[in-house]
Amino acid sequence: MADTKDFPASAGGKRIDDATGTSTVGHEWDGIEELDTPMPRWWLWTFYATIVWALGYVILYPAWPMVDRATEGVLGWSSRGELQKELAADARRRAPTLDAIAAADIAELPARPELMQAAVQGGAAAFRVHCVQCHGAGGAGVKKLYPSLTDDDWLWGGDLATIQYTITHGIRNPDHKETRTSQMPAFGRDGILEPAQISDVVSFVRTISGQERPGASSARGAALFAANCAVCHGPAGQGGRAVGAPKLTDAIWLYGGDRDSLTATITQPRNGVMPRWNSRLDPVTIKMLAAYVYSLGGGEKLAPADGKKVDGQP
Amino acid sequence: MGNPEPISRASLYEARKGVYPKKVDGFFRRFKWAIMGITLAIYYGTPWIRWDRGPYAPDQAVLIDLANRRFYMFQIEIWPHEFYYVAGLLIMAGIGLFLVTSAVGRAWCGYACPQTVWTDLFQHVDRLVDGDRNAQIRLAQGRWTLEKVAKRTAKYLIYLVIAFWTGGAWIMYFADAPTLTHDFWTGQAALVAYGTVAVLTATTFILGGFMREQVCVYMCPWPRIQTAMMDEKSLLVTYKDWRGEPRGSVKRAMAHPGAFGDCIDCNQCVAVCPTGIDIRQGPQIGCITCALCIDACDNVMEQIGRPRGLIDYCTLEDVAAEKAGGTAKPIRKTLMHPRTVIYFSIWSAIGLAMLFSLGQRTRLDLAVQHERSPLYVQLSDGHIRNNYTLKLRNMEARPRRVSVAVSGLKGAELWTEAGTREGAGQRLEMTLPADSVTRVKLFIAAPGAGESESGARQDFTITTRGLDGDPRGDSETIQFDRPET
Repeated sequence: MADTKDFPASAGGKRIDDATGTSTVGHEWDGIEELDTPMPRWWLWTFYATIVWALGYVILYPAWPMVDRATEGVLGWSSRGELQKELAADARRRAPTLDAIAAADIAELPARPELMQAAVQGGAAAFRVHCVQCHGAGGAGVKKLYPSLTDDDWLWGGDLATIQYTITHGIRNPDHKETRTSQMPAFGRDGILEPAQISDVVSFVRTISGQERPGASSARGAALFAANCAVCHGPAGQGGRAVGAPKLTDAIWLYGGDRDSLTATITQPRNGVMPRWNSRLDPVTIKMLAAYVYSLGGGEKLAPADGKKVDGQP
Repeated sequence: MGNPEPISRASLYEARKGVYPKKVDGFFRRFKWAIMGITLAIYYGTPWIRWDRGPYAPDQAVLIDLANRRFYMFQIEIWPHEFYYVAGLLIMAGIGLFLVTSAVGRAWCGYACPQTVWTDLFQHVDRLVDGDRNAQIRLAQGRWTLEKVAKRTAKYLIYLVIAFWTGGAWIMYFADAPTLTHDFWTGQAALVAYGTVAVLTATTFILGGFMREQVCVYMCPWPRIQTAMMDEKSLLVTYKDWRGEPRGSVKRAMAHPGAFGDCIDCNQCVAVCPTGIDIRQGPQIGCITCALCIDACDNVMEQIGRPRGLIDYCTLEDVAAEKAGGTAKPIRKTLMHPRTVIYFSIWSAIGLAMLFSLGQRTRLDLAVQHERSPLYVQLSDGHIRNNYTLKLRNMEARPRRVSVAVSGLKGAELWTEAGTREGAGQRLEMTLPADSVTRVKLFIAAPGAGESESGARQDFTITTRGLDGDPRGDSETIQFDRPET
């Protein structure tokens, strides 16, 4: 062993390494020793600085988790509060546009492209939240359940004001006076027509829509149609928008245009329902939704100014 | 265990030895002056060149407009999707460096590298303030007298002005130079402008004023890469030791004729070297081949009446030939060896290809997206409608009248969200704003029965063309979908 001056008291009795002048940690493994190299001073000071920083942080910001919430910190900062601030800032940013849309008559929108574009975009966002569940992501509807909003066939009308009214008041809402309403009788279920008669009406409907050639059955059906159906669907089957009666002469069939589907519809009609949105959405959002639906490709020009709905295609 | 001798602790770091290059005159020095003048003029002056592009585009000849994502270079305007031109330029710059290195060695390092140019500039400032080499050494080693303080202050102030001017010139490439200058001095420029100037002023001040040759020797990867690009046919600054050795003064050579070589060991080559090396020790990483030692040595050789070229540009082949008593190849043959020819061919091929495609490119571009939700819409008259989003890029600095038409889709009717089907036709016309991308929602209706029985999906082509002057345009083939039957 080396003599005692290799183990000075200043090093805690540990050996000082000659080459480096650093004391060892005092252990030895098969002749291998470990130097007790001190931390670099900059490292140490950085470490102390982080401790001071952490103390300040704990006081200023939410830090200690308690039972249901963390300590609040004297600054009162929270990430939820940040979000609220950002949302509020965004609302302030959008407010002028929304006010302009609210102030504009819906009929004027197409003539003001920037406003229309803003309304369409706002409507698209609202549509994704409130409407896609039934009408589909692009407004394509669901076959035999919910109508497509992108085509050029409208049950109640496809101009901006009409769409706005439909969204506002809904369709067949029992608790609402202004809702759009009508009821097709259940000709089969309630025994108004015999199954054979229904079959004749189906033949007639498929004839006027160009799916079948006229025959004896459709000739019989024509008389039945005039007596039972024409009052709503029109004498030529051109539909009636005042009562949401679909046009029967075109290629678009909400509940299917084949014999089985038509028979089922006449036997027991669906009388589809849409919620009214004035109880859930503000008028500006509804206006923007109307603009969006209008923009999907089937939007119609506004009806003449006398306010009467025009039946059938203009 | 004994008590060994305390081991002296060698430092792992070498302190920089001061470099105080002596003033020299000669061919290469004047060549360096010329290149310094040209490169600095290009750097400081380019942003101030004006270039009229009409009312819809900036009038700065070279402008990197990051905010609007445009790159202007004289009559060329690059959009972000054409960034491959910039990539091409970078590839050309890379191959250009290979070419230069293979032909004339580290000529880039010696003459054109910004680090070299600015170091050279700062060394002239040293000479201006402190005097030539000996005065500089005296001052550096002397006490901190009032004179030294004054000189150092003056020198660092000049450094700082140059550095600030360098940083200031950089930001002019990214905005309209006169406007930015005004905004900069009135405190209205963007924070990033001040930050960039501060950073570049600091780097210029430090790299050019203090680190100098250490950047080349320790920091820059390029000298290391270049050693792989050079071969025995590349020009190097060479001390012809077979002619110079053994060294001896003129007096000793007179006393012992034939015993000494041409080198009189006057040390001028070392004194003028901006990186402080001794070229007589052979090729080394510190040599940036600025050739100032050639000037210095030639001046001495002339004074003592010996042939010039004791230090000269030489290839390794020339060295071998001259050692064997032959002569060096003529410079033209040296430059035209296969490697340089191959590099030059690749370099010019890329350049020509880019020029050709620049000449051919259309400034009207179409991108079509087929709307997938819904894929198709059944219309009441039995037709099928598909919806598309068109992105029309008008890359010219003027509004343009264009047509949009379809081919390969019988009975197609086109209208946009601004129009209605009643006004639909086979072809649309619209005006695109200058230098912009216009998004258009396009509706196309076609008969429900497809032309082929094969399937519900049919390919057709949408084409856009200019209606004013340049009739070129762009087209894209895309699907029209119908319901499966």
